[in-house]
Amino acid sequence: MTKIDEKKELTEKVSVKNAPLPDTVYISLVQHLGKPNDLLDVGVGDIVKTGQLLAHADALVTSPIHSSVNGKVLKITDWPHPVLGKTKTIVIERDKEAVEEEFVLRSKEEVDGLSIDQLRNIIKDCGIVGMGGATFPSHVKLAPPKPIDSLIINGAECEPYLTSDNRLMVENPKEILEGVCIIAKILNTANVYIAVEDNKPEAIKEFKNQVLDFKLKVLKTQYPQGAEKQLIYSVLKRKVPSGKLPFEVGVVVHNVATAFAIFEAVYKNKPLYERIVTVTGDIFENPGNFKVRIGTPIKDLISIAGPLKKEIKKIIMGGPMMGIAQGTDEVPIIKGSSGVLVLADDEVAEAEEGACIRCGECIKNCPMGLSPALISAAASKGKWDLAKDYGLLDCVECGLCAYSCPVNKNIVQWVKYAKTKIKR
Amino acid sequence: MNNNLVVSTSPHIHRHESTATIMWAVVIALIPSGIGSVWIFGLSALWVILTGVLSAVVFEVLIQRLRGQEVSVLDGSAVLTGLLLTYNLPPVVPLWIPVVGSFFAIAIVKHAFGGLGRNIFNPALAGRAFLLAAWPTYMTTFHAPYDALTTATPLALLKEGKILNLAEMNLTYGDLFFGGRAGCIGEVCIGLLILGAIFLWVRGVFSLHAPFAFIATLALFSWAFGGTALFSGDWIFAILSGGLILGAFFMATDYVTTPLTLKGQAIFGIGCGLITFVIRKWGGYPEGVSYSILMMNAFTPLIDRYVRPKRY
Ligand code: SF4
Ligand code: SF4
Repeated sequence: MTKIDEKKELTEKVSVKNAPLPDTVYISLVQHLGKPNDLLDVGVGDIVKTGQLLAHADALVTSPIHSSVNGKVLKITDWPHPVLGKTKTIVIERDKEAVEEEFVLRSKEEVDGLSIDQLRNIIKDCGIVGMGGATFPSHVKLAPPKPIDSLIINGAECEPYLTSDNRLMVENPKEILEGVCIIAKILNTANVYIAVEDNKPEAIKEFKNQVLDFKLKVLKTQYPQGAEKQLIYSVLKRKVPSGKLPFEVGVVVHNVATAFAIFEAVYKNKPLYERIVTVTGDIFENPGNFKVRIGTPIKDLISIAGPLKKEIKKIIMGGPMMGIAQGTDEVPIIKGSSGVLVLADDEVAEAEEGACIRCGECIKNCPMGLSPALISAAASKGKWDLAKDYGLLDCVECGLCAYSCPVNKNIVQWVKYAKTKIKR
Repeated sequence: MNNNLVVSTSPHIHRHESTATIMWAVVIALIPSGIGSVWIFGLSALWVILTGVLSAVVFEVLIQRLRGQEVSVLDGSAVLTGLLLTYNLPPVVPLWIPVVGSFFAIAIVKHAFGGLGRNIFNPALAGRAFLLAAWPTYMTTFHAPYDALTTATPLALLKEGKILNLAEMNLTYGDLFFGGRAGCIGEVCIGLLILGAIFLWVRGVFSLHAPFAFIATLALFSWAFGGTALFSGDWIFAILSGGLILGAFFMATDYVTTPLTLKGQAIFGIGCGLITFVIRKWGGYPEGVSYSILMMNAFTPLIDRYVRPKRY
């Protein structure tokens, strides 16, 4: 396997700091996978409070959004979105005088008294989604269509550069474990694994210091182990068939940050309006992990981690392997944003795509056992069925193939392109 | 600000390996054996090597110019082709031989098929095969080590049937290992070739599936059926006497002309071993390594079609 330069050392020891509250937040109606929040609960000019419901949708697979500041709704407009180009976005100007209210806490006894349905509803109403980046609404994932026997808590954080989950595990292990208890209760399973890669010794130590009702699974560091199917295989040696979801082999996977968000929702009644974001890159004097309000534009974060050593050439939402390059620094943080990576000119080697020399590296490295060279060759000739035959639809877009390709084949780009062609 | 942000698809970082770093690594790995050969056979080997490499480079530049392509000669692939071609020539040949060989390899085998990555046959080996067919006398006149006398290669002696074993040739395994025998320029210094192969393997340039399968198959068959009685063949001689080590490590591992998957590469190696054995035992030529690789090159598309990686 190709070894990737992880660069986690830039931020893995930097404690989480609260980012200064942004002057303006841009909260997209689409923060999750599923139906967008098309029913507005506020209008332009309304005064809103931190945690107040802004919009929801009438569907099962959806997740409401909440204000992340005290302030006034300035406008509702199309605004850059880190994944989807532009989406309808609620723009809120923060009231700098207003003091944030405390949420009403629930005691342990109260929480223990909650029924499974009540718990699920709290999680739904608080807008909790998968925080690892998938942003699938958590309450849906907590109601699998058939019973499961194992729960895996994903603390692998295999993506290079990113350390937000690592810091969360180091600083808040107790809260994460409370969240895991809630998830395990809802899913009715006692077979719980907490999976952490061995490049996070501090996090592993913290978990070992806790009284664990769960099995701590220390995994050998290997990208892309954080991908659900890979993780399930690493932990349980079960394979999820192509095109199927994990529950079909009796497993559900939740991220550590999601467990933490569920803890805060249940114990503190706190909607998901902030998250930890790694702001990193060699370009920064002060890269780090920050607790950031949803809707904060990334240019605010770039100035927090600055000053800059060089000119910015690329801004990536997420990590270097799967993150999405941004065309503007106005895009806001959304619920699934675990990191902002900024690269300088000398780190962005945009070499031209050459002809495949058939070295086989991409095939050797593909975690799904596909033939990336042949997929991209087929796609570049418009042969979609052939691309499918070589495994196109099983590609998890981890990027390992393109990472290891000596001629810079844009394999992932071809894959994405071919997938859109096939869907149509 | 920021209107010059680069927006491209993930991944945003890459391994520091390119066609050039790979090709030059292979060239470097081959150099010790060349030096050894010049030491053994004298300066004429050096002139052959230099002529072959230089003409390969010149033809590459000319053809890429003519085809209106970007000239990519710095990626080292033409140098490598020239080097491998001359490594498959006898140490003393007229200097137009490597020039013609390079022309055939670069212009016809490589570029007529579309350039690097698209050629079906290994250019250096196809160039050699062409020379052998066209000028067999030059191509089969070998010299004794440290001597100007012409002599036959160990495999040729065996083929003629006059001499049946190493002792009768006045050779030891040590001689074979360190290049003390007649043969092609690049094939005789087995020890130095293995050194280069180890360097490439450690660097991750190739995997050992094809070479090991090749060598093991040939050794096995030579042991089982190569002797006067069953299971009495001299398999060590079979490994060390011809172009096997050069071919297995440096040509059966060529990216472009061998299968993509590890399993496919193993099949390729087994096929090469079998064909080499058949040619050595029953064929018209004493040595079959290059022909076996060329034949398996032809099967590569088929192997790639049916041997797929194991799906997750
Ligand atoms: S991006 Fe797709 S094809 Fe490439 S290595 Fe990952 S899973 Fe395989
Ligand atoms: S890694 Fe690149 S050059 Fe090598 S086989 Fe795959 S696509 Fe071709």
